Amino acid sequence: MKEMITCRLNGEEVRVEVEPHWSLLQLLRDELDLLGTKEGCGVGECGACTVIMNGETVNACILPVLEAEGKDITTIEGLSDGEGRLDPLQQAFVEHGAVQCGFCTPGMILSAKALIDSNPRPSEEDIKIAIAGNLCRCTGYVQIIEAIKSVWERER
Amino acid sequence: MEAYHTVGKRIPKKDAIDKVTGKAQYINGLKLPGMLHAKILYSKHPHAKIVNIDTSKAEKLYGVRAVLTGETIPTMKFGFYKDNTPLKSGKVRSYRDEVAAVAAIDPEIAKEAVDLIKVEYEELPGIFNPQEAMEEGAPLIHEEHKSNVLKLPWKLDIGDIDEGRKASGYIVKNRFSTTWVTHCCMGLSGAIADFDYQDNLTMYSITQIPSLAQKDFNDALQAMGLKGKARVIQTTIGGAFGSKLDTYAYEYIVMLLARKTRKPVKIVFSRDEEFFATSTRQPAIIDIEQGCTREGKLTFRNIAMILDNGAYTSWGATTPSVMMMPISSLYRVPHVNYQARCVYTNNMYSQAMRGYGNPQATFAVESQIDMLAEEAGIDPMEFRLMNATMPGDTTGQGLRLVTCGLKKCIEQVGEELSWKSRQKVEGRGVGMASLIHVGGGARVYKSDGCGTIMKLDDFGQVNVYTGASEIGQGSETVIAQVVAEELGVKVEDVNVINNDTAVCPWDVGVHASRTTFVAGNSALGAARKIKLQMLQLAGDALEANPDDLVAANGHISVKGSPEKQIPIAKLLRNAHHRADGTVLMADFFYDPSNEMLNKEFKGNLSMAYTFGNHGVEVEVDKETGKVEILRYVSAHDVGRALNPMLLEGQIYGGAMMGIGYALTEQLVLQEGEVQNPTFRDYTMLTAKDVVPMKSFVVETEDAYGPFGAKGIGEPGCVPSAPAIANAIYDAVGVRITDLPITPEKVLAALKQKEESK
Repeated sequence: MKEMITCRLNGEEVRVEVEPHWSLLQLLRDELDLLGTKEGCGVGECGACTVIMNGETVNACILPVLEAEGKDITTIEGLSDGEGRLDPLQQAFVEHGAVQCGFCTPGMILSAKALIDSNPRPSEEDIKIAIAGNLCRCTGYVQIIEAIKSVWERER
Repeated sequence: MEAYHTVGKRIPKKDAIDKVTGKAQYINGLKLPGMLHAKILYSKHPHAKIVNIDTSKAEKLYGVRAVLTGETIPTMKFGFYKDNTPLKSGKVRSYRDEVAAVAAIDPEIAKEAVDLIKVEYEELPGIFNPQEAMEEGAPLIHEEHKSNVLKLPWKLDIGDIDEGRKASGYIVKNRFSTTWVTHCCMGLSGAIADFDYQDNLTMYSITQIPSLAQKDFNDALQAMGLKGKARVIQTTIGGAFGSKLDTYAYEYIVMLLARKTRKPVKIVFSRDEEFFATSTRQPAIIDIEQGCTREGKLTFRNIAMILDNGAYTSWGATTPSVMMMPISSLYRVPHVNYQARCVYTNNMYSQAMRGYGNPQATFAVESQIDMLAEEAGIDPMEFRLMNATMPGDTTGQGLRLVTCGLKKCIEQVGEELSWKSRQKVEGRGVGMASLIHVGGGARVYKSDGCGTIMKLDDFGQVNVYTGASEIGQGSETVIAQVVAEELGVKVEDVNVINNDTAVCPWDVGVHASRTTFVAGNSALGAARKIKLQMLQLAGDALEANPDDLVAANGHISVKGSPEKQIPIAKLLRNAHHRADGTVLMADFFYDPSNEMLNKEFKGNLSMAYTFGNHGVEVEVDKETGKVEILRYVSAHDVGRALNPMLLEGQIYGGAMMGIGYALTEQLVLQEGEVQNPTFRDYTMLTAKDVVPMKSFVVETEDAYGPFGAKGIGEPGCVPSAPAIANAIYDAVGVRITDLPITPEKVLAALKQKEESK
């Protein structure tokens, strides 16, 4: 039995019918074709499906879709301004070599985004903790941490 | 040094914008109209006869379109040893064995159908230890082979070991061992097979060997009795590290299901499948003996190795051919003997993983170098410097070291760690280990080549069709840089097309850290050819001698009179928009003049060799056995850093993988069954585990490399484990010879050391 949910997704109101057993990730990828959010494990261990919900990061793969009712959700598609201008974090990831295969990248950027939105001057330790749930096999994380640090250092 | 406009610059990865915006599409996201979804039923036993398979319930389930078993598919063998089949018939040899497969209208139904298949097994005795598998009377994994030892003659003999022993003042002999580790690509494995009505197959794939995969798939089509041919189209690839260097049962399964249903069939692995149904790095048992003179000069190295092949054979069974390189040529060693046996077991089968055997070999060699140095009473860094290879050396195996910055790398790491002036602090220690790896291709296949086609368009854009695949390492950017440099255009104006066998020329694959060198040289060759054509056209337009022209900033101009110039775009339009016009295209096939190893496994395997040294400072908690890395330093001789930022990415990523190999990672198998098929239990390193890292580049400008560059894809993970093991010994005096170096092993060793006092 499908149910209707309403939420704000990337700044726009979305009304959509969902199966109650879906995860938020199924809604995003399978129903809405927002393929930027990745599925890497399906059990909340790798962070590739990270999205921001009401300012907090969640693993969309294990979040029951009905929990999204009334929430404000940002996926990677909502980060650039739609006119080709990247978010400073996206730009920093590009410029610091923080991207290799790119599979973890959207989730990684959203974890960083949630951190910077709540703590604009994070320490290296804050950054490591914020992205500890986002696994990356390619980069060894070093350039990712540098990229995130550079965002507020650039503003300074 | 020449002034380059793109070479040597920290140019962002060309595909990074697609990746940071979520635009890049991986196999998971790809959908074709009418597509079905496949699931595989795996074996319930590590070794058993298949008595009966009942698929009737699965076939009747709503939404199921096809069910296949080993009995219902054509005979089809694949793998390096042709000992694997897409679905097993007769018997299963490991838990990973594919027994049946389903295609259904959605993945959930496919899963449900798989659960409805009833398989009756008759269990057979399993064998999980390669040493036991080698014993007389051990159960045979493949009866037709009559032995569990693969008939692969890995044997290298240089000089005379007995001479070496005689010349030795000190000799050490040890056993080292390594276990299963896996690639942990963040992107999941998967494929979509789609047939047209002429039985041509399009395979949407994440392979790192498109040309060889195409050949494998063509062979399979033939085995299926089809006249069609295969085309391989790669989606964005979510990491590979050697895990996509073979073709796999799941790919043949979707092919068979797609042909049967006449629909596109997709499979995407779950994460637990990624852990138990893909292949690992080879576990190795390494008996090693090395000697040196009283003065500390290496005299000989004698190694016997047993590799757990698992139940089937991948290209990974050829890793001993690469291990021969560090074994014979890491330092100057006059007498070398090496023998490796790959042994069938009922474990999951192993394959290539970043370093291709080098991490295992270097763990043993470099751990023991420290032990030998201690025996001889020589500082381990001095010992390494004293025995380092030099440019111009031809090693006993026949490797010709054109450039060799090994000494510089050791010195750089030593300096950064204040090696010589360091003070002993309780519980702390430093260690180092060096590496040699192929950096100029590796002729493990009859061709080591890569083709490039290049086409200029009317907008001054350069389209480069390369055989080289992009798996995250940055080949598309480095190739663009090389071309942009040669043609005097911007990197943004170079489009690299690298994912379709229908348009891209042949390449042996992304392996052996060869892409920068081989695909780079191939692209450079094509760019040089097209530049000649371009200068000829510009000479006509500018009424100048082509020899007097230069290409820069998207223009061709006359040397010395820059006002006489023409934009490349205009030149191209002139060429295209006239009756006797022409197109500017070029092709180039670069196959390095390296040598296939001969029957004695000697020869110059690569055109260039990459060297490096990693150094580490650790603190060991004697109460818990926990090892903390305080500093991690590396130096690599890469010839020339074409793009220092991407280069650092390879080194940091490699080193973190190497640290994981050293300290935390292991796939735990119990009687062939993976016990920890999750990220939580496999313990790959996270951002919280990042250690302070510094990486130095030593530039030696290799004569054969594109702009002097050598390969650097794999080296970053090669010497981490021995460097860490050596540092632990320096810190607390215990030598761990079995990877990973867990706190339990350190504690046990500390306890043993205490008791033996």
